[in-house]
Amino acid sequence: MAAPALELRGITAGYGRIEVLHDVSLSVPSGTVFALLGPNGAGKTTTMLVASGYVRPTAGCVHVAGTHVNRVAPENLAKAGVCRIPEGRGIFPNLTVNENLRMFTYSSPFSTSEVQEKSFARFARLGERRNQLAGTLSGGEQQMLAMSRALVSDPGILLLDEISMGLAPKIVSELYELVGQLAQEGISILLVEQFARTALAVSDYAAVMTGGRIAMVGQPADVADFVNEAYLGGAA
Amino acid sequence: MEFVQLLVVGLVTGCVYALSATGLVVTYTTSGIFNFAHGAIGMLGAFTYWQLTVGWGWPAALALPAVLLVLAPLFGAGVERVLIRPLHGASVDVTLVITLGLLLFLLGAANYIWDPATSRVLPELFTSGGTSIAGVNLSSQQILIVVVAVAVALALRTLFSRTRIGIAMRGVVDDPDLCAMSGASPARIQQLSWAIGASLASVAGILIAPKVGLSSIQLTLLVINGYAAALFGRLKSLPRTAVGGILLGIVVEMYPVYIAPHVPGFSTTATELTKAVPMIFLGVLLLFLPSARLRTSTAAGRIAPTVPGLRQSLVGGVGLVVVAVVLTESLSSDNLGIATSVVVLAIALLSLVLLTGYSGQTSLCVLTFVGLGAWAMGHSGHSVLGLLWGALLAGAAGALVALATARLRGLYLALATFAFAKGMDEAFFYFHLGAGQQLEIARFRLPGIDTSSASTFFLLCTLVLAVASVGVLAVRRGRWGRQLTALNDSPAACATLGVNTTVTKVAVFTVAAAMAGFAGGLYGSSRGIVTNNDFAVLGSLALLLAVRVGGINTITGAVFGSLTITMFPEIQKHVHGLPDKLQLAYLLTGLAAVSVGRDPDGLGGQFSRLGHHLRGLRTPPSSSPTGIPELEEARLVHS
Ligand SMILES: Nc1ncnc2c1ncn2[C@@H]1O[C@H](COP(=O)(O)OP(=O)(O)O)[C@@H](O)[C@H]1O
Ligand SMILES: [Mg+2]
Repeated sequence: MAAPALELRGITAGYGRIEVLHDVSLSVPSGTVFALLGPNGAGKTTTMLVASGYVRPTAGCVHVAGTHVNRVAPENLAKAGVCRIPEGRGIFPNLTVNENLRMFTYSSPFSTSEVQEKSFARFARLGERRNQLAGTLSGGEQQMLAMSRALVSDPGILLLDEISMGLAPKIVSELYELVGQLAQEGISILLVEQFARTALAVSDYAAVMTGGRIAMVGQPADVADFVNEAYLGGAA
Repeated sequence: MEFVQLLVVGLVTGCVYALSATGLVVTYTTSGIFNFAHGAIGMLGAFTYWQLTVGWGWPAALALPAVLLVLAPLFGAGVERVLIRPLHGASVDVTLVITLGLLLFLLGAANYIWDPATSRVLPELFTSGGTSIAGVNLSSQQILIVVVAVAVALALRTLFSRTRIGIAMRGVVDDPDLCAMSGASPARIQQLSWAIGASLASVAGILIAPKVGLSSIQLTLLVINGYAAALFGRLKSLPRTAVGGILLGIVVEMYPVYIAPHVPGFSTTATELTKAVPMIFLGVLLLFLPSARLRTSTAAGRIAPTVPGLRQSLVGGVGLVVVAVVLTESLSSDNLGIATSVVVLAIALLSLVLLTGYSGQTSLCVLTFVGLGAWAMGHSGHSVLGLLWGALLAGAAGALVALATARLRGLYLALATFAFAKGMDEAFFYFHLGAGQQLEIARFRLPGIDTSSASTFFLLCTLVLAVASVGVLAVRRGRWGRQLTALNDSPAACATLGVNTTVTKVAVFTVAAAMAGFAGGLYGSSRGIVTNNDFAVLGSLALLLAVRVGGINTITGAVFGSLTITMFPEIQKHVHGLPDKLQLAYLLTGLAAVSVGRDPDGLGGQFSRLGHHLRGLRTPPSSSPTGIPELEEARLVHS
């Protein structure tokens, strides 16, 4: 069996002396979608930061495709195929859409024109605004631009941090359509969301995180029940 | 016709300013660090070019690319790697100290390698040729300068809009983390910006050196004039920076002919201001800066060294006087003179502890206040009241500086005080104490005390130092001291606590300047003769750095600073038989400034911690005033 695309083993990490993650282990098997759910402040983003090399764990280890990567610099991890789309809008506001896409070529096997072609084919609205400053795009368009990086960088593991945050349902479903497509192409994805339903619909495995610990791991259906009962009071 | 000719000359000078300022802005926007050593790098570039061409006979066609495309970029990249990268997340204050240290170090090094006593000439690139267009004469060098400036502007434009690395340089300003996420190393991008900055500084140095001569200090300060142009571009817009440079060039060339002579009633004074024009330009820009948003990154909260209590400081003061008494018995009168200088300078530097250490107001003009004090003393005959006049004059100047810079902090305050010091250098001290003139200062008389005796005068100065130290410490422990600390920690918090920042700032500037002015009176009396060189702006920089190395918020720092800056030239005189020069002081102070990057509290802070340790106390935990410790660490260093 192939090594998992991403594996965290016994991770303890935090900011300065504030410990946020306590002994977190999770494994994203190659070619699967793994949803990590949990309330605000649970430590989901921190988990992403550890996986992409921005926060160094104080204990435990990070494996990407079977390789130990604890001390690798973030930009090198990015080049090696760890693609993180950050919470909020992962774009350069003072660069144009085209220039943003050009930045993506640092970690992409494709040339600038191929990158443009692929993104504009997927998100036609970006093509219409190619010479506009990214900061002047709508929230949904900005997220589409950010997601284009996932589209063109052929990642070994894709880390998506609350891509639906603050967006209209129509745009969310458009973005999730892309997630589904990427999953179908066999890309391994770790998906972080607060709201369960959309995320669970596309995932193969799921886990719930609270207070910096993994509260449960399982099939999406089991996790959905768990979340409904224990945490969201049936709201999701 | 003269008007047009001057316009052209101004345009050419402006192009040089624009070139230098452009390099500074590229570095600043990309790496967030204002490179005070930019001028010194330009100077080094010009000297290296001289060495290759005139010194070793290389043809210009080989030497130019060697300096501009190889040596200067390598040097800039090296500086970024060694000095700048470890500063990730450091406070503005610390980055200032590091780049100022580099400035001094490069000056010291250049003076070692190329003895300033030998005169050198850097020939123009094309000595012959030139044309005359519509009656305006243009030399080949002038045409070359304009062509180079235009070429550089176009090249940078292409870099930033057409190349991926150029786009990444713009992107890193917005979000270094996102850059890394995209696979572009922020450290590499910033390193490139330092390489470009060094190269542009060198272009400016090489182009202007034939006109102003190959003097390390002159060249450094001249390239520094370009800072005004950079500020015109708000330190971020390259086109505006270019316009600023050209405007500055035109104003500088036009001023002595078309403006100064026509100032009614003050034409002489106005003419004396000619060389200070760039600094006035800089000052005015700072005054009208639309409430500048500086990149502020607060220092990871540190606990300042403990302040000695009243009893402890009194014991220290008495100890100081006892040591002085012992010294008067054992030192020769020559050495007593040196010891007096150390003590007097230490009094002046106590003002920096109050102003910069406690209140966080960076000042690069301490010697200007000292100079004003000395000047007042020189015009007071034997009267001891001269000390008072000096303190009043300097205090008034300090109040004015504080009022004019009320809104400025950090980098902009440093630039403003620098402009003030350099402007005073060139407009006031040069005309009253410079160009071969010197001011004789009579020793003041006191009833019943023989001040003309070296040992008595030394004891008297030591007494003043002891009293001033005890006083400064008492201020620190008191209510006002807490207000000063609040001003340092967070001006915003000050306002909510009901402390008026402007009033506090003006007050502390006034008191500190008056202290320095008083010390200036003593300095003048102890020296007997002063010249403008005693109060040059570079001296102020060196002193600030030396105090920082010694510990900016401790008395130890002031004494250490004064000891090093006074003693190095003396040591150098004895060891090398060299005349009294500042090379060694500059070299070592610049080098030592690196330590401030590691420990902003300097030696004084170390001693304080050592004291805790010896007394078996726990080292104070480092926690920030906001109660959120080490937030900074969240941003991981990109290694
Ligand atoms: N830069 C930081 N410095 C200190 N604490 C932080 C920082 N970022 C996040 N935290 C803390 O870490 C905890 C987890 O945050 P995060 O990982 O962002 O949670 P989530 O993404 O699940 O909402 C929170 O309590 C938050 O306050
Ligand atoms: Mg989060």
